[in-house]
Formats: sequence, structure tokens, C-alpha cells
Amino acid sequence: MEYDHILIRYGELALKGKNRKSFVEKLQQNIRHKLQEFENVKVKRTQGRMFVLLNGHDPHEVLEKCKNIFGIHSFSLAIKVENDLEKIKEAALYALKNGENIKTFKVTVKRIDKSFPIRSQELNQILGGHLLSNTEDYTVDVHHPDIDVKVEIRQEATYITSSIIRGSGGLPVGTSGKTLLLLSGGIDSPVAGYLAMKRGVEIEAIHFHSPPFTSDRAKQKVIDLAEKLTSYGSKINVHVVPFTKLQQKIFQETPDNYGMTVMRRMMLRISERVCQKEGILSMTTGENLGQVASQTMTSMYTINEVTNYPILRPLITMDKDEIIEISKKIDTFDISIRPYEDCCTIFVPKAPKTKPKRDRVNYYESNYDYEELIQEAIDGIEVIEISEKKRAEDVFEGLF
Amino acid sequence: MIYLDNSGTTNPHPEVLKSFQEVSTRFFANPSSIHQLGGETEKLLIKSRQQAAKLLSVHEDEIIFTSGGTEGNNTAIKGIALQHQGRGKHIITTEIEHPSVYEACKSLESLGFEVTYLPVNQNGVVSVKDVTEAIRKDTILISIMHVNNEIGSIQPIQEIGQLAKKYPKLFFHVDHVQGLGKVPLTLENSGIDLCSMSGHKIHGLKGTGILYCRRGVKLFPLFHGGEQERMIRSGTENLAGVVSFVKALRLIKEREVNDGDKLRQLHQYLAAELEKIDFVQLNSPANSAPHIVNFSIPGLKPEVMIHTLGKQGTYISTKSACSSKSLDESRIVKACGYSSERAKSALRVSLTYDNTMDEIKIFLKQLKEALSQLKEVME
Repeated sequence: MEYDHILIRYGELALKGKNRKSFVEKLQQNIRHKLQEFENVKVKRTQGRMFVLLNGHDPHEVLEKCKNIFGIHSFSLAIKVENDLEKIKEAALYALKNGENIKTFKVTVKRIDKSFPIRSQELNQILGGHLLSNTEDYTVDVHHPDIDVKVEIRQEATYITSSIIRGSGGLPVGTSGKTLLLLSGGIDSPVAGYLAMKRGVEIEAIHFHSPPFTSDRAKQKVIDLAEKLTSYGSKINVHVVPFTKLQQKIFQETPDNYGMTVMRRMMLRISERVCQKEGILSMTTGENLGQVASQTMTSMYTINEVTNYPILRPLITMDKDEIIEISKKIDTFDISIRPYEDCCTIFVPKAPKTKPKRDRVNYYESNYDYEELIQEAIDGIEVIEISEKKRAEDVFEGLF
Repeated sequence: MIYLDNSGTTNPHPEVLKSFQEVSTRFFANPSSIHQLGGETEKLLIKSRQQAAKLLSVHEDEIIFTSGGTEGNNTAIKGIALQHQGRGKHIITTEIEHPSVYEACKSLESLGFEVTYLPVNQNGVVSVKDVTEAIRKDTILISIMHVNNEIGSIQPIQEIGQLAKKYPKLFFHVDHVQGLGKVPLTLENSGIDLCSMSGHKIHGLKGTGILYCRRGVKLFPLFHGGEQERMIRSGTENLAGVVSFVKALRLIKEREVNDGDKLRQLHQYLAAELEKIDFVQLNSPANSAPHIVNFSIPGLKPEVMIHTLGKQGTYISTKSACSSKSLDESRIVKACGYSSERAKSALRVSLTYDNTMDEIKIFLKQLKEALSQLKEVME
């Protein structure tokens, strides 16, 4: 006997009124996509429940994958058996013995199929007795058991489940529209992307690349970060903007302390046009109040002037150590700290303005007509599609 | 040829050699060079680290590529001692460690460190109770091997790891050189802070290996320089060696799963048959690692047997290759409480997944023949 199902619970989704159906369908689709590599796995829905049918695959490997899927509140490994007392007894015993660090247990029977001849209370006692007489060292604790062996008798079959394992929570990616993530390569922006995805948002990424001032490795870093993020959602398009000419011009035409402010505004202008083109309704940044000069309240007020699009800033009130903690959890930290310059760290003036004024910056921008350079940058965008499946680097194939 | 000295070293797997050659040819640039070619090789280095981390179920930044077991052991032991001597200067190890641990500890004694060498029982196993009792306020390191290289005894690493967890101020290092690919060892949440592995014991190449160094563990580096490998091991990365090691690691892990039972059967048969032979005394414990059998033929110089078998193309060894140049008594067999006579005449047969039942049978036949010839010269 072995666990052959994973029962999936989707807490918050249940509240979503009429939209519920589409949310659940999306979740099912996401789970299917994520479990593609397991050939025989099936994802099924029955009466408000979702099950992963393992069909012989290792439950723990599949479970590991599922842990990254947003919209799942919790899981339990489950065994499906016929509505037959002996089979149920056997499965309950397996569930108990397979728990880790278990000393106490209880049994909870739900008899949804009332045609099953033994009533819940009675079956509770039968199963509890069976477990006690076939094991040593376990005792019953109905209030705070280490494991609650749940037995659910339905029309079609009986499901026996044990420990509850927490999922990632959130909403299924793709149910909250799409955002354009400004991905620099630092610690913050991938975390911002991750948190947006947690609320069901699908992401595309935009990266400003300034060769030869920024290297291929800085670009590769961004690709690697996007790749990490794909494990929490689906494929991600990375829009790589050739930014050199525009960036150089900005720093030529603008007084030192306002260069960064103008650059940020240009980035938002370009991002907005990409949004328009791709039908994306918002942008997401890793901005964090007060962290650097561009992220003071005054700076944000001045920079934000150029776009009407909502800007999601999931990290806005976090402390740096909170952000680092998440980046370690989602495995982007090690990539982020690779020491290559990105477009935000080159040409940085010694003392950027922490309180840039809207009128000043508008005046400086009027020094030069940037439209042509902006258009050139947009025309030169390279779109790199990053999907989880395309992980293996072709050039290195066979070496390992 | 029947090669039964696989704990000395193994023959490199052809696939491993192929990777080594390919990387040496195609990706020779220095990963730290900032040009595009350097970028490519750096990408390969990152990829290698990811693969190694995945195979060992640890984090990428916990992998330090080294030149092998001796370097791993020295880096771990001296690195902890020098970095954390402010906390205390006491180290715990055992009497049966490999020379690269044993001598590293000895060298620290000359620098004012105090080392407790724990005894082992007749099965060659250290007791957790002894370890517990040896821990003092000023203990900074416990270094205990997983599988002994001479007799194959397996140490209770899991229990010691759980014990070490209770003492956040001390570090736990495991010499896993002989265990890798033969006896499973979990690193994650094990209480193990440092763990040395070597490539050439798993059909990889000499000069390759890994030191697992848990997140947050600081070492004083033995090599200073270009700050490669988390600053713990400066020096231009041996990328071809690194890739070949990762390949060897993958291949051995596969064989461990697929052919583990076969190896255990072979080992059981060999041990049982040896025990039946007159004059032969088995030194390996009953529940030893599945690839090492140590036995003594008291009264017979082990070299004589090695050479007699060697003439017929069968290769076994006396104690460990690493200490066979020194004194003629096995420190390990002695530590198990056996007589000097027995410790002087120890022989080691060490297997790999490629060995067959036929080879074992031929070896046993040759051994018996040699014994009947040599009986006369034995005192």
C-alpha cells in the first residue's frame, strides 16, 4: 500500500463568489503545467475538491513541486480505497505508520455516503482500536494529536488522509492579470515579482541593458533570476531594452544630481509603452521607501509623474532584512549578489538628489528632445522567452 | 586484471574523462576573467555548483570545490581551529581517522590546541556516549569519519550530528571520503557543518573533490589569493576537474541506487568465504560498509601476499594506501583492540560496483593457493 493521491485545499479561493469557477480552473491548469514532467500524473476535480492522482510517481517529489504553486492553501497525502472496512483499516494503519515524529493520534471519520453500513462514531472506535492493537508506542489524544487520520467515505470511494502540509497560499497565477516587472538584477526586484505572483499576477519583465558599460553577465543574471521566478508561475518574457545611447545622453544633458531622476523617468516611459503594446495593465518595482535616493517619498512623487499606470510596490514598507529573508527563501539571493554592474549602478552621481522637484526635472528634460532615442530603444528591444522547461543549457549538454 | 583496491583509488569512468577533456578544450578561459569567454566558463562553473548542490540536497553556496579529501579535511579542521580559537582550543576526534585528519589534528597540538582522540570498540565504532562525555566548554570541533578507510566500520554520524546540534558553539566535521556513493549520508538538517568528499574514490579524477560548508560557517582559509570559492579556497578554478567531479557524483549516485544490493551480496559472500579459510582472521565488523573487507593472516608479512597475488594480476592492499609507507602496524586494527601480530598482517580488499562474482571467486582461489604455498614460511 502506498499514498496514491494528493488532496489539494484552496482556502481563500472558496470565498470568491461567482469567479470561483474560473479561479479553480486556473489553479488546476497551473498544477497540470507544473507537473508536466511526471508523465502519469493526473489532476482531477470532484465536488469542491482537487486531487493529484500519482499513478506510481513518488509522492514526495510531486509534493515538492506543488509547494511552489500559488493558490494552494494546504495539501495532504491520501490513499483511495474501496468502501470496504478491511481496506479502510489497512489504509488507516499505513497513514499512521508513515507519519514522522508521531506519538499521538486521533481518527476522524466523515460518512458522506450514508449507505455505508457503519456509522461514523462506531467506525471511529473500530479504527482507533485497530490502530492501537496493531502498533506499539502510539497513544490516542483527541485534543492535540500529532496526526489526525481522516477517513472520508464518499459514494465513489473512501479517502484516507493524514498530516496537513502547508502550501504557498495566495492566488493562482494568471487570475489577477499581468504586470510588467522592472527587473534590475538586484536583491529587491525579483522578490517584488515573487510577491506580485503570489497575488495571482502573471509577470513579464523588463531589463535595461547598457553594453559595454554593463556586461553580458549582468544580462545573464537577469535571465537566471527570471528563470527562478518561473518556478512560481509560468513562462516569463524578458524585454531587454538597449539603453546605452539614451542613458549616455541623459547624463550628458542633465546636471549631475538630477541624472538619476531623469533616467528613472525614462525607464517608466519606456515601460509604459511596452505595457501598452503588450496589453499589460500595471508595472511592478522593487522600490522600498527610503532605501536609496530614488526611493524617497519626494523622488517617487517626481518620478511617478510620467505615468498614469498603477505601479505595484510590494516591498514598499519592508525592511531590508525582511526582503533578504524572502530572497533566500525563493533562492534568488545567490544570483542577485553576483557582483556585476547593472544600469542603475553605472553613471551614478556622487550625491543624487534625494528631494528632486517636478518643475526642475521637467525643465532639465526640456534641454533635449529624447523622443527619437526612446523610440530607438523600444524598437531595439530583444524579447527572451524563459520557460521552466528550457532550463538545460544546450552548450553544456552532456557534460554532467 | 582483478582490481580490488578501490578504496585506494578507482579507475576513472570513461564518461568522466570525456567531460574533463571536453571542458579543458572548449572552456579553458578563467572564470574570473571579465571577457565573454570568461563569462561562458563562469556560467559553467555556476551550473556545476547547482548540479552538485542538487545531487547532495544542499544549497549552492555550501559547495566548495577542492582538490580532494586531504585538502577538504585540512581546510575544515585547520580552518575551524584558526578561525574560532578565541572560543576555545579543544578538538575531539577518534583514533581511527585517516592520516589527513589525524595528522592535521597532531599539527594543531603543536600550535597549542588540545585534542581528544576517542577510542573505538572491537567493531571499530566510536560510542556516542564517549563523544558526549568528551565535550567541554572550550570544544570547538568534532571531526569524525563516516566510513573507516581500512576496515569499513560505519560511525554513528546521525546521532553525533543530533548531539552536536545541541552545542551551537562547536562545529561538526565529517570525513565522508570512503562513504560517498556507498553508504548514504544526509547533510540537510543533520547537524553536520562540514563534510569532505573526494573524486577519485568514486571513479572521478585525482585532484577533484568537494568540501560541504554549511551556510554561516566561517573558516580561516589555507590558501589566500583571488578569493575564489567563497574566499575559502583561492586559486583559479579547476573547471574541467569540477565538471568531471559532478559527473562522477551523478554516476555513482545512480549506481548506489541501482547496484547497491549487488555490491552488498558480493561483500557478504566475500566476507563469509574468507572467514572459512584457516589462518584468516576477519577484522571488518559484520555490519561494515559494503565495499571493504579487512582481514589478517597472522605470521605472514602482508607484502608477501600482495606480491604473490600481484604476479597473477590481482591487486589488493595492505591497510590504506595513504599510510602504507609508514610503520608496519595498522593503527586502525590496533585501535580495535587486536594484537600487534594481527595489526601487522592486515590486508584490505575493497570493491566497487564493477566487480563481479567471478572475480571474487578467482581471488579467493588464488588466495587459498598462495596460503598453502606460503604456509611453510609462516612462523
